[in-house]
Amino acid sequence: MATVDDLQFEEFGDTTTSLAADPDATTISIEDPGETPKHKPGPLRGLGREEDDELLGNDDSDKTELLAGQKKSSPFWTFEYYQTFFDVDTHQVFDRIKGSLLPIPGKNFVRLYIRSNPDLYGPFWICATLVFAIAISGNLSNFLIHLGEKTYHYVPEFRKVSIAATIIYAYAWLVPLALWGFLVWRNSKVMNIVSYSFLEIVCVYGYSLFIYIPTAILWIIPQKAVRWVLVMIALAISGSVLAMTFWPAVREDNRRIALATIVTIVLLHMLLSVGCLVRSRSDALLVCFRCHAKTSNCQTPWFFKSWLPGINIVLNRLCWMRNNSHENLVVISEFT
Amino acid sequence: MAEAVESPGDPGTTTPRPLFAGLSDISISQDIPVEGEITIPVRSRVREFDSSTLNESVQNTIMRDLKAVGKKFMHVLYPRKSNTLLRDWDLWGPLILCVTLALMLQRGSVDSEKDGGPQFAEVFVIVWFGAVTITLNSKLLGGNISFFQSLCVLGYCILPLTMAMLVCRLVLLAEPGPVNFMVRLFVVIIMFAWSIVASTAFLADSQPPNRKALAVYPVFLFYFVISWMILTFTPQ
Repeated sequence: MATVDDLQFEEFGDTTTSLAADPDATTISIEDPGETPKHKPGPLRGLGREEDDELLGNDDSDKTELLAGQKKSSPFWTFEYYQTFFDVDTHQVFDRIKGSLLPIPGKNFVRLYIRSNPDLYGPFWICATLVFAIAISGNLSNFLIHLGEKTYHYVPEFRKVSIAATIIYAYAWLVPLALWGFLVWRNSKVMNIVSYSFLEIVCVYGYSLFIYIPTAILWIIPQKAVRWVLVMIALAISGSVLAMTFWPAVREDNRRIALATIVTIVLLHMLLSVGCLVRSRSDALLVCFRCHAKTSNCQTPWFFKSWLPGINIVLNRLCWMRNNSHENLVVISEFT
Repeated sequence: MAEAVESPGDPGTTTPRPLFAGLSDISISQDIPVEGEITIPVRSRVREFDSSTLNESVQNTIMRDLKAVGKKFMHVLYPRKSNTLLRDWDLWGPLILCVTLALMLQRGSVDSEKDGGPQFAEVFVIVWFGAVTITLNSKLLGGNISFFQSLCVLGYCILPLTMAMLVCRLVLLAEPGPVNFMVRLFVVIIMFAWSIVASTAFLADSQPPNRKALAVYPVFLFYFVISWMILTFTPQ
């Protein structure tokens, strides 16, 4: 039978005191920067991040990349490999969504919230919700615009769902692929301190699309001014999240290339927001832009030179068109 | 029953003997018959694998399956925490419900192909691929529910929405107007809530506790899309 003394835990004391007693003893210290944020939820998180955000941007990239590589240990044909991409809890997903809604200058979304645990849950389901939100709100706004007209026959435009799904999923996967390829290529030329893995880029893009869901829902309001204000706000928020995420990855580079990269990211985002959220006016807007490009002899890419005047012309035509209930084809003949 | 004479060492004795050391000492004397009858006691409930179901009438077979499906419908309509749906899953009920829903939701004529409601195949694909996606999602999040059990639950919980579709079809026979729409909206909202409650009652327990909301949200989206299709259905 063990005595009471045998059951007492033996205190080994602090490492410093032990080292003082025996300076030659080998010590092992294990630091796991990728894991500590997960185990300290709540207010401690914010404090820790404010302190070492400056440090993390500079010298933590290779450590987190090493940890990211260690996680995916199963071969890619097993189910467990894909389970590692869904290793998030509810509060983590909410924190990431909050981080995408409130871009604070100086805080990097990837470093703060993703921390080498990129997930595919957020991007996939945010894109799915966005597809249905756009389709439903486009349907509803058409309905509300034509409310009271006796001759209007309501159709649920089901084709829009598949088109919207293709556009949004292509954007959420192909643009990160292109951006990742570009960053890897620049990394081989210029040694960048911060580099992101492909999944982290997909994660950032996916979560940055969240702001468009309430925007699409509020798009039901038929006032044009309200709609464009909403689009501008959504574009500003998500564009700034993306710009602030990718600026540390390219700032070591040639100044012009870095600026061009950020501008391209924001521009693609703008194209997506305008392209998706004005679908409620059907194909009129896109048709008008294409016709404008064909008829005007611009040397430079058409959307750089004629963006704002194009919007004015199109908006005027759309108001006239609606009041006169003409077909969309009339708009084409106006331009040619 | 014949008995073998063997003398294994007593486990509690002092000297530990190697395992099976006493087997070499077994001897069966010739005058003990080593033959007999081995019978398995027949259980009171006949299992499906028993060969007697081959001889039963077709009506018995069909009625048994129909009763199982009907029992699960009752479980969906009055959801309580039971795992009947999970234990004895079948996909007949989801198939019947999906086909009914798709038949009622499809647009009638091929003239209005440009824009309109979904076709039969589109509804079918949405329901089944939606259910498969939700199942994959819950399994990837670490839930311990099997693939077909989850499909079974999601399919059976479309029953309230199918009933809403029937009611909407009947209401649409009356003259159109805002009252008509309000009635349909009310019915669809109630049935949507019922579907969510029913499926959550069955599925929520299989998820790890800190990821329940992550697994339930896609179910919400799935039934929301189906409810939207039902609500916006307009007959040609």
